[in-house]
Amino acid sequence: MSAAAQAQPAATLSTRVRRGSTLRCALQAEWTKLRTVSGPAWLLIGAAALTVAVSTAAVGATRCPQGMTCPVDTTKLSLTGVQFGQAVVAILAVLAISNEYSTGMIRVTLAAMPRRYAVLAAKAILVTALVLVAGAVGVFGSVLAGHLILPGHGFTAARGFHPVWLSFGPALRAASGSVLYLALISLLSLGVAVVIRDSAVAIGTVLALLYLFPILLAFIGNEHWQHRLERWTPTVAGLTIQDTSGLRGLAITPWAGLGVLALWAVGALLAGGLTFRLRDA
Amino acid sequence: MTPRTTTRSRPPAGPGLTSRGTGFGGLLRAEWTKFRSVRGWVIGMILSALLMFFIGVFAAANANIGCQINGGPPKSGKACLPYIPHGPGGEIVSDSFFFVHQPLTGNGSITARVTALTGEHADLTGGPVQVGSGYMVPGLASWAKAGIIIKQGTHQGSAYAAVMVTGSNGIRMQYNYTGDRAGMPGNVSAAHPRWLRLTRSGDAITGYDSADGSHWTRVSTVQLTGLPATVQVGMFATSPDYTLTQNSFGGSSNNGGPAQATGVLDHVSLTGAAPGGTWTGTAIGGGGPVGQTRAQAQGQPGFGDTHGTFTVTGSGDIAPVTPGPGSGYPTVTVEQSLAGAFLGLIAIVVVAAMFFTAEYRRGLIRVTLAATPRRGAVLAAKAVVIGAVAFVTGLIASVISIALGVPKEEKQGLVLLTVPALTEVRVIVGTAAVLAVAAVFAVALGAVLRRSAAAITVAVVTVVLPFLLAGLNIVSPGVGAWLLRLTPTAGLAIQQSIPRYSQVTTVLSPVRGYYPLSPYAGFAVLCLWAAAALGLAFVLLRRRDA
Repeated sequence: MSAAAQAQPAATLSTRVRRGSTLRCALQAEWTKLRTVSGPAWLLIGAAALTVAVSTAAVGATRCPQGMTCPVDTTKLSLTGVQFGQAVVAILAVLAISNEYSTGMIRVTLAAMPRRYAVLAAKAILVTALVLVAGAVGVFGSVLAGHLILPGHGFTAARGFHPVWLSFGPALRAASGSVLYLALISLLSLGVAVVIRDSAVAIGTVLALLYLFPILLAFIGNEHWQHRLERWTPTVAGLTIQDTSGLRGLAITPWAGLGVLALWAVGALLAGGLTFRLRDA
Repeated sequence: MTPRTTTRSRPPAGPGLTSRGTGFGGLLRAEWTKFRSVRGWVIGMILSALLMFFIGVFAAANANIGCQINGGPPKSGKACLPYIPHGPGGEIVSDSFFFVHQPLTGNGSITARVTALTGEHADLTGGPVQVGSGYMVPGLASWAKAGIIIKQGTHQGSAYAAVMVTGSNGIRMQYNYTGDRAGMPGNVSAAHPRWLRLTRSGDAITGYDSADGSHWTRVSTVQLTGLPATVQVGMFATSPDYTLTQNSFGGSSNNGGPAQATGVLDHVSLTGAAPGGTWTGTAIGGGGPVGQTRAQAQGQPGFGDTHGTFTVTGSGDIAPVTPGPGSGYPTVTVEQSLAGAFLGLIAIVVVAAMFFTAEYRRGLIRVTLAATPRRGAVLAAKAVVIGAVAFVTGLIASVISIALGVPKEEKQGLVLLTVPALTEVRVIVGTAAVLAVAAVFAVALGAVLRRSAAAITVAVVTVVLPFLLAGLNIVSPGVGAWLLRLTPTAGLAIQQSIPRYSQVTTVLSPVRGYYPLSPYAGFAVLCLWAAAALGLAFVLLRRRDA
């Protein structure tokens, strides 16, 4: 159904090209594509819901009994769900482009909008905006769950635990950083998907990129390589933005870690943009 | 083209096929042709094998062992390893304890009463641990032990059988490092002493326990094959490192420190050929006291004998060496060279799911089903082809990874926890089988979901994610253990080469090679998942329009 339904807005767009800027038209076209199929909406809701659900479960399963010292970073614990929400976000970003290739829609898109950078930019902007919204909802829900549940499980201010709330500076940084993290993951996934085109291979690659390095890190005994992986891999370095305690022991500072992820995203987008521009559709 | 459920009659069971002389074999050939003629899939399989191999060897090739012994020149790798004893079963063992012994020739027995078991360990709460300079605090490791023992000789790794009181596991009879039988429960104290007895009759050693010295209960009888006529018999005490494991988000932290145990024994009596000999104290494997201890303060290192009351202090363990911290060696297991199986798994799952979904995407499914109306047979042929391809790929990658990875690890000074050849075969073939069954699972998911994105996501999330959750302690250990029992990830249990010994305190994490299910039970769980997915695919494939 998608090809028939979506050829319509593309046709009306071409008449409007003269009036607006190319990017604005591309944005409008991409927005129409995204909102007229049900997939992206469900994926966004799923990303937010999964983030909150996993965070709540993680918070609910952690207790600090009296008389024990608990080396728990309560803020990071409350944001556990981001590690799962990121998978959904990545799939959303991959499908935003690879669905066009699998249905042949991409040829219609590029016929209507020959400026390929504009098409890719419009997709990137829209996906980022939507993920920022869904991510904010999911992250806020997670923080709320930690704020409400953790004090009842022994993580009280009296025992030296910072409140999990946005008034606590590092928690605010972790929460807002997590939203940005999700957006960067979506950009990275989009870039990879443009290069790979096939949805199945792209999803496999992106999921491997997200989850392989943490697993690898657990198996490697060499401290030099551990340090390198902690500094330079997208998810491990990027998630340091969630750390609020033991910052001195980190291989990379939180914002620099997010910067590493940003570099990966930029790299993937550049590679994607270049191949998108140079290849036949 | 929305899927419709139609009540179509069953397609005629291919008389046309048999007349053309193409049974299931022809179908297999057709599917094999489809597989090998898509270059991307063949590349995907090769990639999967290469990834497995590189990750495995990379993970293996990264030990960083260096040492400096007694102010000598810095060394690295193998030169750093101490003498490593092997038990009678061939496995690597810890054999360090304080032994108060005398020879016993022929059959005989030893009886003793234990009135106390106390322990000290390095202070874990603060400051650097300094062994031998007084940083010891009272505390008994749960597997601290003291009791009586009959041992082949005083060399490390020799055969033995012992009955003992433990820190918090009651009376135990242990033999030849891996054997462990429970006796009377409860802890020992002056008010509740424990009587222990060992008798030798040929190769058979029988252990007894008693609360009062007159009513004896047999704990177990064990056979120590090839025990010489003269053995060493006596009392012992030892304690493994005291470990404090804290599981927290993102990992578990282990604090461990040297510990020692002191047992107080009296009413010691020997029967047999040479009773009345003198007792000799020997620190087997350097298993004497570790810190400034009560015994040292009294000027009686290792053991004291005050009018028939023996105080024995020792450290170390008499047990198999297990992966993870606390063993004292930088250990490595066979399956650690197969760590890349994860990445291989992702690649294979992607190819397998596409093997079916590609038919829908290109409309090829209509040609396929027109040629072979028996839909179940089509599904079976696809499962067989992709399963076989994944198995062969996995087998080649596993064999090469182990053949190259293991010698590299040993060269770097890691202690390979050797396992019997059959276990090694099970680990290697099992890894290939896990890849094959996961591929079948993915191809069935592809048939059920028909869209590659959905099928791949479900397959990767169910097969790989639970390992991440449980292995990296993202969820609590209890939840993690259930994930490893119930999800398809359970199949990776077939890689576990070192069994879980209840008499050794270990960190039970899949990253350390421990799974909650036994190897074959875990593999059966994965097979059940694949069978369920195949069944669902079979029903849906027949009921839905293509």
